[in-house]
Amino acid sequence: MGNINHKESFISKYIFTYDHKMISKQFLITAIVMGILGVSMSILFRLQLGWPGESFAILETFLGKWAPGGVLDRNAYLALVTIHGTIMVFFVLTAGLSGTFSNLLIPLQIGARDMASGFLNMLSYWFFVISCVVMIFSLFVEGGAASGGWTIYPPLSALPQAMPGSGMGMTLWLLSMTLFVVSSLLGSLNYIVTIINLRTKGLSMTRLPLTIWAFFVTAILGVLSFPVLVSAIVLLLMDRMMGTAFYLSDIFIGGEALDATGGSPILYQHLFWFLGHPEVYIVLLPALGISSEVIATNSRKPIFGYKAMVGSIIAIGFLSFIVWAHHMFVTGMNPFLGSVFVFTTLLIAIPSAVKAFNYITTLWRGNIRLTPAMLFSIGLVSTFVTGGLTGIILADSALDVTVHDTYFVVGHFHIVMGLSAIFGMFAGVYHWFSKLFGRMMNTKMGYVHFWFTIVCGYGVFFPMHFVGLAGAPRRYYDSTSFDFLDSVTDLQPIISTFAIVGALAQLVFMFNFFYSIFRGQTATQNPWKSNTLEWTTPVEHIHGNWPGALPEVHRWAYDYSNPAHDEDFVLQTTPLKDGEVGH
Amino acid sequence: MKLLILLVTVVGIIAVAQLAKIYQLSARLRGHREEDISEADTRLQGSLWIVFMFVLFGTTIWQFVRYGDYLPPSASLHGEAVDMLMGYNLALVIVVFFVVNALIFIFSFKYRFDKNRKAHFFPHDTRLEVIWTVIPSIVLAVIIIYGLQTWSEMTGPASDDSLRVELYSKQFDWTARYAGDNDEFGSTNFNLITPLNPLGIVTQEGIDQALLKIEDKIAKLNDELTVEKGHLLAEKVELENTLHPSDDHGHADHGHADHDDAHHEMSEGYKDNLEMRLAAIEDLLNSGNATVMTDAAYEAKEDKIYRLKRHRQRILELKNYEVGEGLDAWEVGNDDRIVKSEFHLPIGREIEFIFRSRDVLHSAFMPHFRAQMNTVPGLPTRFKIETTITTDSMRTILDNPDFNYILLCNKVCGSAHFNMQMTIVVETQEEYDAWLSEQKVYMAEKN
Repeated sequence: MGNINHKESFISKYIFTYDHKMISKQFLITAIVMGILGVSMSILFRLQLGWPGESFAILETFLGKWAPGGVLDRNAYLALVTIHGTIMVFFVLTAGLSGTFSNLLIPLQIGARDMASGFLNMLSYWFFVISCVVMIFSLFVEGGAASGGWTIYPPLSALPQAMPGSGMGMTLWLLSMTLFVVSSLLGSLNYIVTIINLRTKGLSMTRLPLTIWAFFVTAILGVLSFPVLVSAIVLLLMDRMMGTAFYLSDIFIGGEALDATGGSPILYQHLFWFLGHPEVYIVLLPALGISSEVIATNSRKPIFGYKAMVGSIIAIGFLSFIVWAHHMFVTGMNPFLGSVFVFTTLLIAIPSAVKAFNYITTLWRGNIRLTPAMLFSIGLVSTFVTGGLTGIILADSALDVTVHDTYFVVGHFHIVMGLSAIFGMFAGVYHWFSKLFGRMMNTKMGYVHFWFTIVCGYGVFFPMHFVGLAGAPRRYYDSTSFDFLDSVTDLQPIISTFAIVGALAQLVFMFNFFYSIFRGQTATQNPWKSNTLEWTTPVEHIHGNWPGALPEVHRWAYDYSNPAHDEDFVLQTTPLKDGEVGH
Repeated sequence: MKLLILLVTVVGIIAVAQLAKIYQLSARLRGHREEDISEADTRLQGSLWIVFMFVLFGTTIWQFVRYGDYLPPSASLHGEAVDMLMGYNLALVIVVFFVVNALIFIFSFKYRFDKNRKAHFFPHDTRLEVIWTVIPSIVLAVIIIYGLQTWSEMTGPASDDSLRVELYSKQFDWTARYAGDNDEFGSTNFNLITPLNPLGIVTQEGIDQALLKIEDKIAKLNDELTVEKGHLLAEKVELENTLHPSDDHGHADHGHADHDDAHHEMSEGYKDNLEMRLAAIEDLLNSGNATVMTDAAYEAKEDKIYRLKRHRQRILELKNYEVGEGLDAWEVGNDDRIVKSEFHLPIGREIEFIFRSRDVLHSAFMPHFRAQMNTVPGLPTRFKIETTITTDSMRTILDNPDFNYILLCNKVCGSAHFNMQMTIVVETQEEYDAWLSEQKVYMAEKN
């Protein structure tokens, strides 16, 4: 496999490349561009939320007619919220995270020359690019981008007469997401096949690093759940364009009774969340995999409870398919059905708790090197625990009734899935930067970046829980007309300030990242003294990854500080000593 | 001022970045490698975790003190149970939050790198793992059981003597409907919605009006189709063929015999009809009233007619509506009371809300009653509450004479989503009765 004798032109090396390492870089940089876009959008609408109705010249500069007089337009606000969500969830945290690290690490950590199919891998990236382009283009069409929230519930999203954003913008949104799913499926199938078939000699499934386990389960989740999103999208497109009534019934809008009857908007929600919930774990699991690796390496300790960690990844993956309706407790769904989903949802807390405690035990009596990647991974454990805990409240249907669709939810999922996944992504970038670009990132700037990010992250999303408990609905353009929310109004400017500072702090990362690509310190082969196979490859990228024969594996990935060895790490390629019991 | 803060932040961050840059250069001069974390750095970063812990915990406690009384006491019976459940859950969650985060931060500080130490090789411990599988399981079991108990109590069926109130949502306001003296809601249908009948209450007159309207539409579309030039020309050719058949016009598939038979058997009356039609077509084509339409547009109109006919059928079916409990079906809705912008509820009574939506999803959110339910077009939903505190008492409790209970929309529904509200007044039964009797009666308004 792999294209070892591939002829190198500029186009085949940098654009339509088959090489997994280059594709990984392409994904990462595209995701960073989309990330800049997504975060900037959040700043624009946070200005309105923090200081409602106040005029900001910057808004008019960026948005023109969408912010007349420097005050964000209502429809533009909804469009920004919607596209921010879509970009961050799908383009940054799904494609960006899995695309970058699955591509980089799967062949390198399992000892393969490349992905099973370099061609599909290339296609996967280019479908992703096209879907990004379509999504960005949708911002500029008449009526503006899709505006019904990132979940685009019909009938709002099905009826162009319901809001301006449900016109052309919505059609493009659906098109973009369809392309995105194609990209995701091609990628995921490739990851699964590669992991199953191309592991090097000696690398049994039980010796895989947890990163690979996480990517593996993530890919399976993607393959099983994304097609359901496509079917939901196709039905929605048919309702929009062909006069079907899958999601529409008994609607009177724009002075006219529509002829659609018999459909159900709730059906869409079932289909959407059947993807939507596994999606949370598609975002989260790779981040947890990355942090497992980073924490073990930098604690100089084996990850505690390897088998339990693998088991909990699989358990989380399985359970994530039977919890989707916890997003729908207040849709009028049969309360008994609600009870079932309360039960399955709270079950997920068990493997999650196991993971959290195993991380903490890994830190316990370790010898912790506080590298930027390690700081982000520790931060991830903290946000994973904090965000997961508020999930216990949301999973309880009786409590969900009072906080459903409020800022409490926004705070919860931004911490558990937004911050955790982004922290995982940053950890991965700092940790494997030398594998990506052959150079090191600046550590000091990494520290500055981390502390700003975690402080601002908690500063933005923690207070939102209180705003939500007070009853403030999300996606409100302005809630100042509600007297009962006066008690929490003063939190909004604080949240916005943290958001702005936090976003600006990302400039440190941007600078560090792009500067280090060209000017960073040249990396050594195994800077973190790590066990896994990627550190046995040369610093300079070559096709086929290993210049000679593929490495042979003799032990698991986590022999750190093994008392049988003098060094505090043992490469997986090191044969067992006499009398040593292998894993 | 805000711009200034922004500016300062920007400059500050740039400065920090530059500083780090210089640092990097100097480090490179000394031969320092990025992956080697100096002792000073380890100490600083380790200590920063402790600082961060105090900041995070401190601000958390501050927020609980400042914002912990997030809402006024529940004004509904089930809400008290919900608040209690929320209290226990929050307490549990916050304890775990403190303990687990403290462990993370303290370990990160305590076990920071020391080159003279080797980490403790501790790959697994079945006993420990069983402990932290079993303990969360037990805690969660308690949470689940307690939560589901509350849930099943609040979602159980409403009792027969509960007061039923319909809340009707549309972009972008709410309408409340009370059953009136006969205690029964008039049935509704979205086809019958007119400006005078915003809820679509079913009446004989309404059905007739809707039928007329739909007939009008069908007729109008039919008219448009009958003057389509392409189809007229095609029909003309066909008529001419029928009237003056000749071999040139090819009926190869049918065979001449059949065709000739048909021709011969054509009655004079029929022939006259055809000729009249032909003349009419000629007239139309010459009059200049004929329009040109693409095939797609023509088909779309045909399709629309088909749909309208189906629609008409559905309205016709409404006529078969069953008469219930001795009341004339067409009069049940006549005494329904319809209110906008403010609705009242009696204290101490079970109230069953029935939610309907006209256009898109909305959500009826009443935070003070701990109640929320989506409103779904085509699917009525329900939620029951029992009021416990009148608006006046709540004003006294909160020492706020302007306080009002509120209903708001909590499912994004369009541009004015954020301003779709209705005031709720809870008062004694007598006050409520008095208020209700003054409200608009559907029939009265119509006449």
